[in-house]
Amino acid sequence: MSSTTQTGASKFSLSMLINDTRYRSTTFQVIALIGLIFAIGYLVSNLLSNLADAGLNISWRFFGETAGYDINQMPIEYNNQMSHGRASLVGAVNTLIVAFLACVSATILGVIAGVLRLSNNWVVSKLMAIYVEAFRNVPVLVWILIIFLVMSNILPQPREFRGDAAASSMWFDMVAFTNRGVYIPRLILEDLGWVVYAAFGLSIIGVFVFRRYARNLLFNTGRLIPTFLPSIAILILPTVLVYFALGSPIGLENPALKGFNFKGGLHLRLSLIALWFALAIYTGAFIAENVRAGIQAISHGQTEAAAALGMRPGRIMSLIILPQALRVIVPPLISQYLNITKNSSLAIAVGYMDITGTLGGITLNQTGRAIECILVLMLFYLVISLSISAIMNVYNNAMKLKER
Amino acid sequence: MKKTVFLGALTVAGLAAGLVSAGTLDDVKARGKLNCGVTTGVPGFAEPDANGVWQGFDVAVCRAVAAAVLGDNMAVEFVPTTGKTRFTALASGEIDLLARNTTWTMSRDVDLKFEFVGVNYYDGQGFMVPASLGVSSAAELDGATVCIQTGTTTELNLADFFRANGISYEPVPIETGSEAAQLFLAGSCDVYTTDRSALAAQRANFPNPDDYVVLPDVVSKEPLGPLVRHGDNDWGDIARWTLNALITAEELGVTSDNIAEMSAGTNNPEINRLLGSEGTLGEMLGLDAEWAKRAIMSGGNYGEVFESNIGAATNIGLARGLNAQWKDGGLIYSPPFR
Repeated sequence: MSSTTQTGASKFSLSMLINDTRYRSTTFQVIALIGLIFAIGYLVSNLLSNLADAGLNISWRFFGETAGYDINQMPIEYNNQMSHGRASLVGAVNTLIVAFLACVSATILGVIAGVLRLSNNWVVSKLMAIYVEAFRNVPVLVWILIIFLVMSNILPQPREFRGDAAASSMWFDMVAFTNRGVYIPRLILEDLGWVVYAAFGLSIIGVFVFRRYARNLLFNTGRLIPTFLPSIAILILPTVLVYFALGSPIGLENPALKGFNFKGGLHLRLSLIALWFALAIYTGAFIAENVRAGIQAISHGQTEAAAALGMRPGRIMSLIILPQALRVIVPPLISQYLNITKNSSLAIAVGYMDITGTLGGITLNQTGRAIECILVLMLFYLVISLSISAIMNVYNNAMKLKER
Repeated sequence: MKKTVFLGALTVAGLAAGLVSAGTLDDVKARGKLNCGVTTGVPGFAEPDANGVWQGFDVAVCRAVAAAVLGDNMAVEFVPTTGKTRFTALASGEIDLLARNTTWTMSRDVDLKFEFVGVNYYDGQGFMVPASLGVSSAAELDGATVCIQTGTTTELNLADFFRANGISYEPVPIETGSEAAQLFLAGSCDVYTTDRSALAAQRANFPNPDDYVVLPDVVSKEPLGPLVRHGDNDWGDIARWTLNALITAEELGVTSDNIAEMSAGTNNPEINRLLGSEGTLGEMLGLDAEWAKRAIMSGGNYGEVFESNIGAATNIGLARGLNAQWKDGGLIYSPPFR
């Protein structure tokens, strides 16, 4: 009896696709897939035919045509005789700049606020609670506009710096806060200036090597050597020595008032500052909550055990709690980084020329190629977001619990 | 894949049946309302008044077309558009007519597939600066920070002007005119540039208009006019000839005061053809004989519309200048009604 059933089962018949539990789920998945393909095909053909009927043909030629407009913040070479593609690229770099600045500062702000919110000091923890609740419960666009408008209305105009009895003056003759942005000195590289940079780069590597050596020494011999001051010395001393040995090959260019505006130095525009600060403090509030959740996820017994071993509170936090908390913190941190990158498209509100402002703004308007511009814009944000995800996932894999 | 194509073809066939619809005129009549795209608010040109009723020079064009087509100049649904959304709104059919100080350029006409039906205001780009700056010409603006409304021909003209003069500037692109004005008032930019008519309009709303001057330089030609989509010439004709009716009315001395008596018939045959007591011009457009009479009665002739919204007596205070009738040395000229 049993043998006949087995031979029957090995024979395949069409009805088994539905009746046999071994095939049923596959059958339904295939049906669902075909349905999905039809649905997408319907939407795409619908779009294309409607576009054709409306006389809107898809064309990418405008990317090579002269842009004709100027961009204020140009991290890469650009002038108004270059192409729309180049203008989009300038915008893309501007997006990356503000996203990077905001990610770094939001992380620093978030970690500090998250740790301090758990402080035993009542005033500090309540202050941090107020920060978190105030900033994450107001839309980020409102923060961007508040910072922008407050700065443009309160800070002095460049012309107020003029004359002997000027209403405003620069800090140390180096930094000027105006309602058009902040002007700071810029490093000017002379002949052998790169050597100083190289020395600094090597020093950074040296710090890592030293800390690794110190840790191995601790693990192997149990001898604890100081790391903090030597690290700073390694970081700074060689660079300073090289700098003076080569006869100060890096100069400072200070901003100076010329005509309508300050010239020289580095100009941090109001739009960049407003966008950067708003994104940093807004997302920092969310990261603070992630950090707090991560720390609270670590059993209190760990803290007590470490204290019983005689560790100081700072070391308990940095050596015991945070490394374990990172496993909880990093995954939501990835989505906060993605949020910063995507929210940076709100730049348009304050005229920061990110890719939404160039490709999705002026280029779109001048060429009227809305569909093409928006498609490229979507693709850009998708690629950037997926790259951030990929990098952070590598970090997360390195951090997560390794079962042995 | 073949099945997808087949299904797609089916879809196309179905949609094509739906798309072969009536013309814009029939759509508007069936709807009982004209969808007209205007600005989000420029004093004198298009702005809702204290009662929420849209008023202005561009609005008057919408109202005249509504009066000609529907017999009611209030049967207009105003759709506020920004410099960015206006063309998509028109191309997608969300609006039937765009009357939003839009510059007539070749690429907009040809590449974006729109039809400009005429020019209702000859403008040019200018610069406004605080009087305290002591600048008398735009050529002295080397290194200045310039606020621009983004998404317009303005930023291209600006780039061209500064390049041609070999001087530099720092552009601050701003989304709307009111935000740009705010930054300009706060001193975040030295210069505010846009069409001179809009500069005058915004200056009129400043707390101390006398502290600001509009420089004499005109750096571009900005013929502003209403426009419609390509593909429905009958509708384009209605919009074009409604605008021409307003202009011709001024030329022939037909005003909102004397139109009632003139429409009974005069000894000037062109007035008679315009107002429908003679000839079949309205019929040719697919409208009745009194279409132009209603359009003119909606807000007066071109000159009346100009004076009541942006003329010297209003706080916008624009002179007719280029926008005077051709007989008075201006550029406003309508082809004959014949």
